[in-house]
Amino acid sequence: MDELTKENIIKAGLCASVVITILILPVIVVWVGSNGIGVISWEFLTGRPYRFELGGIFPQIVGSIYLVSLCSLLGAPLGVASAIYLAEYAPNNVITQTVRFFTETLAGMPSIVIGLFGLEFLVYYLQLKTSLLAGAVSLSFMTLPWTIRASEEAIKMVPRGYRDASLALGATKWQTILKIVLPAASPGIITGILLGMGKAMGETAVVWLTSGSGLEAFVPRSLRSPTGSLTMYIYLLATQGHTSESMSRAFGASLVLLVMFMAVSVSALIVRNYYLRRLGPR
Amino acid sequence: MKRGDIASKILFLCASFSTLIVFLIIIFLLREGISALNWNFLMGMVWSPHKNLYGIFPTLLGTLVVVAGAIIIATAIGVPCAVFLAEFSPFWLRNMIKSTVEVLVGVPSVVIGFFGLIVIIPFIRNNLGGRGESILAGWIVLAIMSLPHIISLSEDAIRAVPTSYRQASLALGATKWQTVRRAVLPSASSGMRAAIVLGVGRAVGETMAVLMVVGNPETPWIPTGVLDRVRVLTSTIAIEFSYAEWGSPHQYALFAIGVVLFFIVVALNLVATFVIRRRNWNG
Repeated sequence: MDELTKENIIKAGLCASVVITILILPVIVVWVGSNGIGVISWEFLTGRPYRFELGGIFPQIVGSIYLVSLCSLLGAPLGVASAIYLAEYAPNNVITQTVRFFTETLAGMPSIVIGLFGLEFLVYYLQLKTSLLAGAVSLSFMTLPWTIRASEEAIKMVPRGYRDASLALGATKWQTILKIVLPAASPGIITGILLGMGKAMGETAVVWLTSGSGLEAFVPRSLRSPTGSLTMYIYLLATQGHTSESMSRAFGASLVLLVMFMAVSVSALIVRNYYLRRLGPR
Repeated sequence: MKRGDIASKILFLCASFSTLIVFLIIIFLLREGISALNWNFLMGMVWSPHKNLYGIFPTLLGTLVVVAGAIIIATAIGVPCAVFLAEFSPFWLRNMIKSTVEVLVGVPSVVIGFFGLIVIIPFIRNNLGGRGESILAGWIVLAIMSLPHIISLSEDAIRAVPTSYRQASLALGATKWQTVRRAVLPSASSGMRAAIVLGVGRAVGETMAVLMVVGNPETPWIPTGVLDRVRVLTSTIAIEFSYAEWGSPHQYALFAIGVVLFFIVVALNLVATFVIRRRNWNG
């Protein structure tokens, strides 16, 4: 067999692996969509859950939105500040390497471990109870390293010339960062925050342990109220509801969750594509 | 003090926050779990809260088996995919696949678990026998979850190989594939090994999707075949924390499992960062 034939065979094999990978997402989306669309109705979207077979998912939708928004409200400023330090100030020494190592470690921390920690530290030790606040803070621990990583990459992609030009005009380093680097990096930072929100929205284990493990029938009234989420609702119905009625509700909730998740992720990708085009090819 | 100095101090405090959280995590997990951590816990064969027996050996083994199989599948599909992405694909296609992979990273694991529950489990039950909830189902679901991590990290490793390597090889008359195999992949191999190690860490920590398909028998045993039900570390915590009495040995044992998970992940991270010299994030 000559080299060119071999090359073509190998290319075909590589292509096959790519096809398998990119098919997974559409297959799952279509599967959830076709099974879930039948349940979606005004009543399902605005009602309260009652047992496993009745009512709607309004408290869950609102709960998920509250959890995710509060999580990024708490986590994003901290993450961006960390990224500025790591990208612009951090000297290359042992302390910086340690900080980096632990940030990476936190990124790899299993969500159930973060949930256990949230349960012990926030729910019991700080006495936040199983609540919206405990859930959102735990989620922000989980997304923090991802925000840091994405923001740092965005800051580093700002061309050196921008900084040099600003410094040459007599601006201080801090002024340069605030007025030049951050605005230029902002689309990349926003992408990072949005991807983090997507992760938080799909998280189950953390909210299960910290913000509510039941079929919450009420929209949270304060930061201290237990809060339901779409992921928890899906888990409960899929594993503990045994009727076809509860299964179809799990499909409906999965569809709503996927739509919300895709909206966040796709807007993240759109923002980034815009950003890359503006900075030009690397 | 100048404003810039104050700013850099405050920013340093922010950057140290992640480190602080990691330390708080281990302190608080140990505070509850330390009394349950001993040889009998790690090597004990029986897990039965009713009889006050907390041995996680079968669970540990179950985790190992499920993760190993899933990572083998994910590597077999993911690495060729990464090679194609980095070396063979035109720009538009690469962009499209990367975006898909990035969305796939965040797909709610409970939805993948639900997919496993409704599609994969009945398929196994009807075609291969058993109850369907099995190691095999865990492999498939966990491979789906690990695939995007493996792809994006190995693609980074391959693209980090300098272009001059490729040019030199092509200039000597090698074909594209010969170049990739003889010049690019050997230089990328340490980075790809690190990618796989990190993928293992992710897979060990995955909770929901695995929990929904592996069966979680009341008393786990040493698995004898791929159709056996197993328990994994994460699912044990998730299922039992709600009925473990606060302050009981049962609760301490669950926190001790958390400690074990923590150290597995930290150890794998150490291996990926220091033993296998990974492409530095400093770029």
